[in-house]
Amino acid sequence: MSQAAAPFSDSGSTQAVRDFVSESLRLRGRVPEHLLQHLIAVQHRFGYVPEAAVEALSAELDVTRTQVRSAIAFYAFLHERPRGDFDLLFSDNITDRMLGNQRLMALLAERLGVAPGETRPDGRVSLGFTSCTGMCDQGPALLVNGEAVTALDPQRVDRIADLVEQGTPLAQWPGEYFRVEDNIRRPGLLLSNRATEGAGLRALLEKGADAALAEVERSGLRGRGGAGFTTALKWRFCREAVQGDPKVERFVVCNADEGEPGTFKDRVLLTSYTDLVLEGMTICAGVIGARRGFLYLRGEYRYLVPYLESVLARRRAEGLLGQAILGQPAFNFDIEIHLGAGAYICGEESALIESLEGKRGVTRKRPPFPVTSGFKDRPTVVNNVETFLAAARVVQWGGYWLRGEGTDKSAGSKILSVSGDCARPGIYEYPFGTPVHRVLADCGAEHTQAVQISGAAGATLAPAEFDRIIAFEDLPTAGSFMVFDRSRDLLEMVRNFAAFFAHESCGFCTPCRVGGALLRNLVEKVAAGQASDYDLQEMRHIGAVMRQGSYCGLGSTAPNHVLNTLDKFPEIYRRRLRSADYSPSFDLDGALAEARALSGRDDPGAHVREQLEDSPVTEAVS
Amino acid sequence: MSKSFKLDGQEIPFTAGQTIMDAALAAGAYIPHLCHNPDYAPHGSCRVCLVDVGGRHVSACTAPAAEGMVVDSSSEAIQSTRRAILQMLFVEGNHVCPACEASGNCQLQAVAYYTGMLAPHFTHFFPQRPVDASHPDYMIDFNRCILCELCVRASRDHDGKRVFAISGRGLDSHLVIDSPSGRLGDSSFAASDRAAHVCPTGAIIPKHKGYEQPIGRRLYDQEPISAVGDRQASLGDLAEVD
Repeated sequence: MSQAAAPFSDSGSTQAVRDFVSESLRLRGRVPEHLLQHLIAVQHRFGYVPEAAVEALSAELDVTRTQVRSAIAFYAFLHERPRGDFDLLFSDNITDRMLGNQRLMALLAERLGVAPGETRPDGRVSLGFTSCTGMCDQGPALLVNGEAVTALDPQRVDRIADLVEQGTPLAQWPGEYFRVEDNIRRPGLLLSNRATEGAGLRALLEKGADAALAEVERSGLRGRGGAGFTTALKWRFCREAVQGDPKVERFVVCNADEGEPGTFKDRVLLTSYTDLVLEGMTICAGVIGARRGFLYLRGEYRYLVPYLESVLARRRAEGLLGQAILGQPAFNFDIEIHLGAGAYICGEESALIESLEGKRGVTRKRPPFPVTSGFKDRPTVVNNVETFLAAARVVQWGGYWLRGEGTDKSAGSKILSVSGDCARPGIYEYPFGTPVHRVLADCGAEHTQAVQISGAAGATLAPAEFDRIIAFEDLPTAGSFMVFDRSRDLLEMVRNFAAFFAHESCGFCTPCRVGGALLRNLVEKVAAGQASDYDLQEMRHIGAVMRQGSYCGLGSTAPNHVLNTLDKFPEIYRRRLRSADYSPSFDLDGALAEARALSGRDDPGAHVREQLEDSPVTEAVS
Repeated sequence: MSKSFKLDGQEIPFTAGQTIMDAALAAGAYIPHLCHNPDYAPHGSCRVCLVDVGGRHVSACTAPAAEGMVVDSSSEAIQSTRRAILQMLFVEGNHVCPACEASGNCQLQAVAYYTGMLAPHFTHFFPQRPVDASHPDYMIDFNRCILCELCVRASRDHDGKRVFAISGRGLDSHLVIDSPSGRLGDSSFAASDRAAHVCPTGAIIPKHKGYEQPIGRRLYDQEPISAVGDRQASLGDLAEVD
């Protein structure tokens, strides 16, 4: 009975796989760049990528079997072995943990009789954890067969267990499980007005590309993805690359791979400010002379695809996208959506381009930079979702409009994703220059112990720093703002981030690949109460090597949380040290047990006491 | 007007488009490296060639040379970072120098000597990695692979075969072979491939001979790598196709 309800019941048929691949090739194209998109489609249809699909794609796309398999092994959402009919992945950001995701996972695992990380022998269900799914303001969250489920609680988890056991198709699950709220708490410069009607595009055509670019220049707009590169400069470099030769193809890429833990504002912008984001991309295309654009959407947001496709279709019908935009015969530009498949590194622009080309998301050597040699080695602009939104308004309303807010070096506003210990998590937009304490007051945070700004890769702020300002010149941020109150043990945050970075390292360069794993192991050693002062020095040492030696920003920022907390919150480590300065490799007191037994002694003098009074391991060991 | 920069006080001439590494190698100056081989496009992954340029650490193999730049490749700060990176490579795999056929001819070992590395320092991961002896002429000991991708590049860019690739990610990254079984013997790999001769360690190694030259009399036993350079270049390895 249950087999009939299983969505992947025909997964054994090689012919079904071959037919599906043929259809996918027909729909999505036969170029190697589409490999990842084909693999995602196959995974979604069959619950894994069967060998027959690997063979077929390898043959059709002129890539080796090994390239196909190595792509599958790289992306967390692709699998060579079948997952359960229901593949449930709990989001495992620290904010999900603070909301109790571990307890809910235990509950579900018990109900379904399957351990986390495993597939039930009957093939009905797989359970696992995944990196932050971008629902921190409405967590704990999970993905079921790639679809986002929010606001989990014991009742919802209980009901999900029933639905899984009954084999109820996702389409018949209660709709409210999949509801994703915007939670816009404080609209500012960008968020307070959603209307567009193509006004930015019309302004572009009236003023011309040169004047539009001049407006972007005047605005001082800098990239909202965190690095803060001047947007106008990026566009100009791309436009002028290869001597500005109009015959050279150029590309516009919107980086919607919002993978930084604790960030979810791009999800809201793509949901409720969609036209403005797409308009910003189209304006960029007009300025640099691009005919093709890509929206690289993280796999966790695949639920948005049908909606985004409908907006793209409407814009084509309205003459705002596609051939002869707004009646201009020479203005042709269209946008394709490319999905990611669970790889944080793909938020880095050169890794994103590799992924767009269907490969493993490994960062590229720079120079050359994407503006001269990006997608298919052609000049490419990669901007964040929020940057395109701001650029659309700048071209519509002029550069001075943006400059009206913010600081000298940071014009305009910043949209923050606020989560963690506060009464009102959600989206907040502030002028650059706003101090951290203002955000804390507005979101209803009390007894705040620490703020993690700009995600796991960002900075850990102690209360003494809450008057610092959000701005490129002080606290640059991609938008993540996670709040920890005094009831929290910050070492849990460190453990979560250290495991995250070890999991998400692409493995290309030595310091990040090996250093990240060493660091994670040392953090776990501290948490287990087995570390000594020497281990803390080792963590600093490894952190410094990663910071200085890594190939890309992922590796060089990955140790930030450890280095920051060692400096600012040393007690979270110190109170767990087994001994102040050395770490015995064996239990000295335990080694005396035989001697005690032989001598018949068990008085205090027959024991070695080396643990600190309050050490959590005292009871366990003695 | 020829352009130049300073490497540890030595004036190094360069031409436009050259990296710090290209110019240094051309001038006979040694910057330690593992994943770099002048026959292939710079890779920048091992990070052993880190140098200090104006307070920033860059990989010499990927950083373009620039007029008047001051490059530090020998300070204790740089050497100590390099040592840590080499130690990371040692604990990541299973490198048992005293028992390794490549000992004395191994660039990993030689560069470690050059930087003054005395012990692996970090906790060993001791991964379980198989040996692939399925090919008649060559074997692959994955325990010694440092993921430099030289075999990947040589097979793809020189041999035109794409026999090798890297799979997985993070610490699970590993070398894979393109054949139906995933074994070398079932692939198109041949002893005459350039890919058979570019491995800087003992991961890809010829069969049917071993320890012909006693340890102690080998290339880097005689002279440091800073004097004799890379193994392939020094041994003329490519000429003697087995």
